[in-house]
Amino acid sequence: MALLQISEPGQAPDPHQRRIAVGIDLGTTHSLVAAVRHGTAECLPDEQGRVLLPSAVRYLPGGRRAIGFDARAAQAEDPENTIVSVKRFMGRKLGDIAGTDNLPYRFVDQPGMVALATREGEKTPVEVSAEILANLRQRAEDTFDTDEIFGAVITVPAYFDDAQRQATKDAAQLAGLNVLRLISEPTAAAVAYGLDNGSEGLYAVYDLGGGTFDISLLRLTQGVFEVVATGGDAALGGDDIDQAVANWALAQAGVTAGSPHDKRAALVASRAVKEALSDTDSADWQADLVEGAVTVPLTKSQLETLTRPLIDKTLSAVRKVLRDARVTREEVQGVVMVGGSTRMPLVRHAVGELFGKDVLTNVNPDEVVALGAAIQANALAGNAKDGELLLLDVIALSLGLETMGGLVERVIERNTTIPVAKAQEFTTFKDGQTAMAIHVVQGERDLVSECRSLARFELRGIPPMTAGAARIRVTFQVDADGLLSVAAREQGSGVEAAVVVKPSYGLADEQIAQMLKDGFAHAEGDMAARALREAQVDAERLVLATRAALVADAQLLSAEEQAALHALLEATESAASSSDTRAIEAAIKALADGTEAFAAARMNQGIRQALAGRRIEEL
Amino acid sequence: MKLSDDDFTLFGLPQQQQLDRAELDARRRVLQAQVHPDRFAAEGAAAQRVAMQWAVRINEAYQRLKDPLSRAAYLCELRGVAVDAERNTAMPPAFLMQQMAWREALEETGSAGEIQALDEQIAAEEHRLLAALTDQLDQQQDTATAAAQVRALMFVARFRQDIDRRLDLLDAHR
Repeated sequence: MALLQISEPGQAPDPHQRRIAVGIDLGTTHSLVAAVRHGTAECLPDEQGRVLLPSAVRYLPGGRRAIGFDARAAQAEDPENTIVSVKRFMGRKLGDIAGTDNLPYRFVDQPGMVALATREGEKTPVEVSAEILANLRQRAEDTFDTDEIFGAVITVPAYFDDAQRQATKDAAQLAGLNVLRLISEPTAAAVAYGLDNGSEGLYAVYDLGGGTFDISLLRLTQGVFEVVATGGDAALGGDDIDQAVANWALAQAGVTAGSPHDKRAALVASRAVKEALSDTDSADWQADLVEGAVTVPLTKSQLETLTRPLIDKTLSAVRKVLRDARVTREEVQGVVMVGGSTRMPLVRHAVGELFGKDVLTNVNPDEVVALGAAIQANALAGNAKDGELLLLDVIALSLGLETMGGLVERVIERNTTIPVAKAQEFTTFKDGQTAMAIHVVQGERDLVSECRSLARFELRGIPPMTAGAARIRVTFQVDADGLLSVAAREQGSGVEAAVVVKPSYGLADEQIAQMLKDGFAHAEGDMAARALREAQVDAERLVLATRAALVADAQLLSAEEQAALHALLEATESAASSSDTRAIEAAIKALADGTEAFAAARMNQGIRQALAGRRIEEL
Repeated sequence: MKLSDDDFTLFGLPQQQQLDRAELDARRRVLQAQVHPDRFAAEGAAAQRVAMQWAVRINEAYQRLKDPLSRAAYLCELRGVAVDAERNTAMPPAFLMQQMAWREALEETGSAGEIQALDEQIAAEEHRLLAALTDQLDQQQDTATAAAQVRALMFVARFRQDIDRRLDLLDAHR
């Protein structure tokens, strides 16, 4: 028989019980999961002691899947059903993806996001990514012998736009993870590097992975990691070097890789020769193509010639970030190299030359991002001491609206610290206009057609007025995950209408539910049971947090207010012990609404105390 | 402490143009450490909403105070003089002449080095104008003159953005 936990009201059942929170680096080539154990962050190995999980998913007949090493080994043998580098397709339409002809997949063009046809049906990049995330979640659960992972921090390239971030968050939810936060990969790397080395000052993180490139400048001050500026290319990485090498080698040999098998085999051979040339001066490109084995010798300097244009693109982005931040290269104290592609000697040399100093390579470029994410996850779960760590990140790409003539009116500029909210007023251009179309875009160009379209919606019910009389206030809000929501309101006449949009690439909750129902690999039990359990966990969390707040700050409330809160707490607890999911959700909402004023009062008190002793008089 | 307090009050700083950047940064860290949503990730929705509102407000105030030009414009408004840059574009003739000279100089530059040299020249002039602005706001308390100076400096800032864009283009094509 299970023993009941006995605890004092207002306290967690066991204050020493740590919540298990993990950091996940969902990479183009590899993915990792890390967690803070015994006070230090470490990557969690699989049963065979390997921490890297190749980001490869193979769909086998009969609904089975192979994930990781087994899948990667089969990529040339079963190219159409073995998905690698799926991160490049996240939140993308077919038309957005360059070089699809060189890839062995059967792409399905559809609105929202591209899909891949496999023997197990069409799979979206979100579903494929969810398989990888679920595998890592399982690894973490096995490591800690629990089925209650409190939550996860997932890393994304700093240069990921809203659609790509939303897709990543959807994939994590689909894998049954509670997403504590999405954080940028270079920021995560800076956290792990900075805390480890006790660094202070201005640092650059150059992150060249398998499919994405980021450059971030961060200021490190007493546990605060502030991103000053960031830039990059969400479709540039080691994969592109592989492709360049493959194209060159095939041309040298005078063969064409037509079949999916040959396309994949050529890329695999290129990756192998690229890695070999980090340590030697010449090596052979060897691929088993359908028409026979092909061998092409390649020297280090030839590889460097093939790689140079891609490296130059990254250097141009580095210079741009320095300009954006208005800092000189001399002010940068250190350059942290992250991502597997920074193992290439040419990359290290070129970046060192640009900054005029040796780059820092004393971190494991594969692991450092996951380690930083784990440190942040641990802090977000409430395990770390107060004030130890704070990340202040920025939005990498400007956000705006389409105005007359297909032009972009920027509302939030790139490199603005998040969270941020900004409002802008617009008006009608026709007499009696009662509706207004709002088109939200992301990017740096002045023409709408050259920016990414994020969402479209209409504000209806504007009272008829003469042109230019209506005042439509459009508010952009970017949360701490870097995700955008937009609201519009007509306020000229006191009549209000508001719409909140989710980006058009984001999956609606019903779609996620449908995907889970459609037999996603790791969905446990039936949907209803899962929803009930989630609601119960949410209720427990909220009750615990509220009771802890009451213990700390009950004096901020009158006796009546306290009584009202206690009533809401009891109602939530009693609902949580039932099996009525809707009732639990309603109780959670009532409790959340009922604590709003209390939360505001606590925040006021916290701010006053924080600035106490720092008043004007003392300046 | 209210969300509607002015930026200076929020940061516990005197309402003036002169500002110690290190002090501003330190106060911002203290405030964000209190209000950032990350501090409330393990708490309920109400706490998260409040944290979001405050973090947004602190960021907004910090952005405005950090930049000397936006800080000056804000001070003018707090003192009852709107800068109104969109409608009021009247500039002293001497300033307009200099603007034109800079524009012409930018058209004639070719290399990134030349453009950067021009930018440094303009940055020095910007610095001088900002020092004068601080004097107008803090010593002379002449808000009307200061508002005109803010409008002039907005031209300079926009010109430096154009220079940046030129450098971006050069970099992309090299």
